[in-house]
Amino acid sequence: MAGITIDRIEKKFGTVTALQQLSLEVADSEFLALLGPSGCGKTTLLRIIAGLESQTSGRILIGGRDVSALPPRQRGLAMVFQNYAVFPHMTVYENVAFGLRMKGAGDAEVKKQVERAAGLLHIEPYLERYPAKLSGGQRQRVAVARALAVQPAVLLMDEPLSNLDALLRLEMRSELKAVLSASGTTTVYVTHDQTEAMGLADRIAVMHKGVIEQIDRPQTLYERPATRFVGGFVGSPPMNFIDLAVTAGKASLGAFSSSVALSEGTITAGIRAEDITVSDGGGMPFEVSVCEPLGATLLLTGRIEGQLARVSVRPDARVRPGDRLGLAPALDRIVWIDPHNGKALGAATQSS
Amino acid sequence: MSAASVSPGLRRLVFWSGVAMLCAWVLVPIYLIALGAFGGRLGVFRWPKNLLPWDTSLAAMQTFLAVEGVWAAAWNGALVAGLTMLFSLLLGAPAGYALARYSFAGQNAFRMLVVLTRAFPLAILALPLTVTFIRAGLYDTAIGVALVHTALALPFAALVSSSLFMGIPRELEEAAWVFGCTGFQAFRKVVLPLALPGLAAAAIFAFVISWNEVFAASVLTVRNKTLTAYLLTVLAESPLHFRFAGGFLLILPSVIFIFAVRKYLFAMWGIANR
Repeated sequence: MAGITIDRIEKKFGTVTALQQLSLEVADSEFLALLGPSGCGKTTLLRIIAGLESQTSGRILIGGRDVSALPPRQRGLAMVFQNYAVFPHMTVYENVAFGLRMKGAGDAEVKKQVERAAGLLHIEPYLERYPAKLSGGQRQRVAVARALAVQPAVLLMDEPLSNLDALLRLEMRSELKAVLSASGTTTVYVTHDQTEAMGLADRIAVMHKGVIEQIDRPQTLYERPATRFVGGFVGSPPMNFIDLAVTAGKASLGAFSSSVALSEGTITAGIRAEDITVSDGGGMPFEVSVCEPLGATLLLTGRIEGQLARVSVRPDARVRPGDRLGLAPALDRIVWIDPHNGKALGAATQSS
Repeated sequence: MSAASVSPGLRRLVFWSGVAMLCAWVLVPIYLIALGAFGGRLGVFRWPKNLLPWDTSLAAMQTFLAVEGVWAAAWNGALVAGLTMLFSLLLGAPAGYALARYSFAGQNAFRMLVVLTRAFPLAILALPLTVTFIRAGLYDTAIGVALVHTALALPFAALVSSSLFMGIPRELEEAAWVFGCTGFQAFRKVVLPLALPGLAAAAIFAFVISWNEVFAASVLTVRNKTLTAYLLTVLAESPLHFRFAGGFLLILPSVIFIFAVRKYLFAMWGIANR
């Protein structure tokens, strides 16, 4: 068991900077998700932790040990690859046993650990088969079992579920979470799927253009995004961003107004779709253009103050495109964002 | 007449006639040579030809094998071909691996250069090569001929193995590194077993190229001739059935070799269709 310290890691590919002086702490037995769009550097960071890619500068510590210059095999970690990377010329048993055999474990120990890992991932019936005879989901299980069999201090996962179909992904997700929290393995999990990150992780680091925008617990990340990017990337539908004029330290939304940490100019209000309710009359005027029944909710798309917004209301609400509604935002849940740098302002909100 | 009702039968017909054509293309000449080799003196000259092996005899083959120098030449040819196989794999496979896995300056130029080794006609190089080989003490040695043959086989070995290694996902190797392998161990435990069928095919190719090559082998040797070169000098003044016997002996190793590794050649398909 070990924590990971990433100390001012920088990575350049030629003149392109992929990671900018990035620092990060992962606690012992914590599950951290690296979340971001493609090209944000999350996979590069994971590969640097694994030792498959070399950093331009900076240090990596695993369990307090500086591993920056060590090859992957000496870092005491295991990895699950996006395309599984299950060895096609070995049986499932030998695949799972691979890491143990490389460590020089005896046959009895290998058998014990393989059976334990195979039991966790429910692949006992396939142990004597070759991977070519397995489905994608089964290969994924083999890859995870292979990683868990060595009882690694640190487990790295690179979009392990992205090649599975939706239903299987959901099933594997909850199973992964159960298995990993039981084993208490420190895990770094790369994904571009925000629901996956929200569902699995203890903490999420949202990455964008080679920097970490915010690192927090999933719920905090969702409710109090530190930047406009995080608010737009996490959550479905994305957070609504509405530019408002500020006069004398107050921003007004229709009939509501709120004091903000800005005296004059423009401010962006970040509001989640479900933090807005339909009020009986007055409030914030909202013109509905599209209604999407999603089962659990009814998603309305329209305009607030002439700007695109989505509002999530009860599924039995009788709303039609073209309707004009009055909305009431939950003022204490609004995130105020500086439109110039996209950063959230520490605003003491106050309704009047 | 609907297309659906006709096409399965038609397709089967086309398929099997294709198979028959290909088999005939390869097997009929081999069969005729074998017939000549084992048919004896009379069989070779008989007209119309008897296409069934009636009066076979090992007489011609036995006489041929008893000719002085045949065994030595066969051994020489095998030695040269074996060395060629070894050299072209030892040099070609690492080159192919580097081409497949690393990007380096001048990569495309190198790729071009590898192919360019075949751009010089051997006839032009014959005299300078002979002189150089005499100076270096390589003239009339198996290693000398094998070196020239390696130059001929190397482009194939390098390019074939490069595409072979390219077909093996990099992640497999990385997984091996993560799970405790050094670079060499990962190569030996993961990459090599997966590449083996293809490498075997490349090796056989090198062997066959060397075994069949006659020009360099003739020019660069006097006493230690390979079988091909030896047959060229000896058989010109031999009776026809002897030539058939010699020809058959020339084909034999290639056929046996390919037959022996056919499992690997088919396994290569398995990897490609994975």
